Amino acid sequence: MTRTMYEKIWDANLVHEPEAGSPLLFVDRHLMHEVTSPQAFEGLRLQNRKVRNVHSILGTIDHCVPTKDRFNIVDVIAKKQVETMTANCEENEINLYGMDSNQNGVIHIVVPEHGFVHPGMVVCCGDSHTATHGAFGALAFGIGTSEVEHVMATQTLQQKKAKTMLVKVEGKLPAFSTAKDIALAIIAKTGTAGGTGYVMEFAGNTITDLTMEGRMTLCNMAIEAGARAGLVAPDQVTFDYLEGKEFAPKGDEWPVAVEYWKSLVSDQGATFDAVIELKAEDIAPQVSWGTSPEQVISVTGVVPSPSDFTNEVKSQACANALKYMALEPGQKITDIHIDVVFIGSCTNGRIEDFRAAAELLKGKKVADGVQAFAVPGSFPVKVQAEKEGLDKIFVDAGWEWRDPGCSMCLAMNGDELEDGQRSASTSNRNFEGRQGKGGRTHLVSPAMAAAASVAGHFVDIRDWK
Amino acid sequence: MQPYIKHTSIAALMDRSNVDTDQIIPKNFMKKVERTGFGINLFHNWRYLADNITPNPEFELNKPAFKGAKILVAGENFGCGSSREHAPWAIADYGFNTIISTSFADIFFSNCFKNSILPVVVTDEQLASLMAEISANEGVEFTVDLEAQKVTTPGGLSISFEVDAFRKESLLDGLDDIAWTLKHEEQISAYEAAQRKRLPWLWPSA
Ligand code: SF4
Repeated sequence: MTRTMYEKIWDANLVHEPEAGSPLLFVDRHLMHEVTSPQAFEGLRLQNRKVRNVHSILGTIDHCVPTKDRFNIVDVIAKKQVETMTANCEENEINLYGMDSNQNGVIHIVVPEHGFVHPGMVVCCGDSHTATHGAFGALAFGIGTSEVEHVMATQTLQQKKAKTMLVKVEGKLPAFSTAKDIALAIIAKTGTAGGTGYVMEFAGNTITDLTMEGRMTLCNMAIEAGARAGLVAPDQVTFDYLEGKEFAPKGDEWPVAVEYWKSLVSDQGATFDAVIELKAEDIAPQVSWGTSPEQVISVTGVVPSPSDFTNEVKSQACANALKYMALEPGQKITDIHIDVVFIGSCTNGRIEDFRAAAELLKGKKVADGVQAFAVPGSFPVKVQAEKEGLDKIFVDAGWEWRDPGCSMCLAMNGDELEDGQRSASTSNRNFEGRQGKGGRTHLVSPAMAAAASVAGHFVDIRDWK
Repeated sequence: MQPYIKHTSIAALMDRSNVDTDQIIPKNFMKKVERTGFGINLFHNWRYLADNITPNPEFELNKPAFKGAKILVAGENFGCGSSREHAPWAIADYGFNTIISTSFADIFFSNCFKNSILPVVVTDEQLASLMAEISANEGVEFTVDLEAQKVTTPGGLSISFEVDAFRKESLLDGLDDIAWTLKHEEQISAYEAAQRKRLPWLWPSA
């Protein structure tokens, strides 16, 4: 019988399937940050339970970290959260890239840098963007804090099998279109609930042409389509990325591992519960206009009107979004002016993203009244960018070059929009208030964000000088 | 965990779709290291005026008729976005124990069960009639019976719903998930021993 990659990983990790009750899935890697773990440690302590497999866990501190003067956390409750994380990891001997580690950064950036996730693993984290690691052909998904506790205590999760969706993208991307634009175009097609109950496998030559960084950006956004996880089949690009990394198999074990990983790809003719197809040629640079990632359009488009939607719920959602975003139907996307530009997050905080933005910023200046800041996803990204002189390009263009952290992706650390301010952001969520109460977020790729910082409004980078 | 069996309570109406967990509990209130005390900030940005204290009279849950409601009736794709369990903690802390909608986001849905909240999935038509009944008679009480898997209303609606058998049992008994899983210790250990042989590089060398 043919099987999809999802089914192969499921089968390989199935511990037990009782007649009455829930299947138990083995968890190979457990990622952790300061916001969603303290209550789980507390729960363990109250029940006198131990962390079962300490080596399966990697932690970081990212959500609350200031990106300027990073050790000076002024918010006392946030400070307590950071201290609690540090103490919990110490007490349980968990590997933590904490505040003073030169490997610190956003969890989903840090973990791949160390080769901690391999194809075929089941990976979880109290964080919805765990989907990122599907780029390696690992089944990676977000869980709640009760489940974080469950995994620490049992190394398993009670899971129900998901349905499978094949998302096929074929062809050559237009100039300046990136993995981010593919992700947004897919969500525009499926809607934010279109993937609910599914694990999406991204396939087709457009996807295999992506770098690991691009695949991570794409899988990162799978959750915004409602999917439980995203997957890309492991191939030579994956193996080359992993080889030599700290937690990658070494020596004689390497070829054995690669053989195993190759066996995980979906069988020829395996059936999926749903299939959607996109042509890469149709994917122009995207800009979100609303308060949900599905409210997105190509940069050449105009802001839609509620009457453009036949579905009543979507029409109402459009009206609500336009009101919150202070936009008019018919307004050209390129006429939308912005106040703040943010490049960073686990979606677009990797070295490739800063290279793409720097390429456009060379010799340019930020528009009057625009505040722009670049927040590398991790210290290794920051160090690499500085080695390449990218920080200088940003600073010369009038950008702030900050320290790593989640920063304005969710604005928990003090970096936030003021009421009514409008941003071009490379993050993943444009929900109401996500970047600060009353803040208005437009999701874009790094290059689109860089160009907007110079022009003061969105531009079609394909014909922008 | 508190068992969930059968409840009769005021049903509050929230006629919005895609209510995301960033709205349910904005991140400014997620810095606590405890599980309790989030209810006061449930729907904070909608619920309070700019001074962050005065209730916003336009926000539906601030209507006097919905005071004390344990049942929340809301639009599709409820609980999308961030995986934060602070969202169901805030909902439970505020006093809700039941959410009725046409669909829920995956992570939120499973988080509910861990906190004695029952998410009830109904069809578009059923949701429309439940919402209509509340609109026509704000403060109306619905009954949600998990044992019988039924929502009933004074207006005469009787709606059967599906719920996973294992989750139903756990809710009815208020069962501890971890304790249940640990009953399978033998299988877990056997799995680990086999994986050590199959994928030795995933394990610390002994
Ligand atoms: S960068 Fe944003 S999406 Fe990623 S982990 Fe941090 S807060 Fe979550």
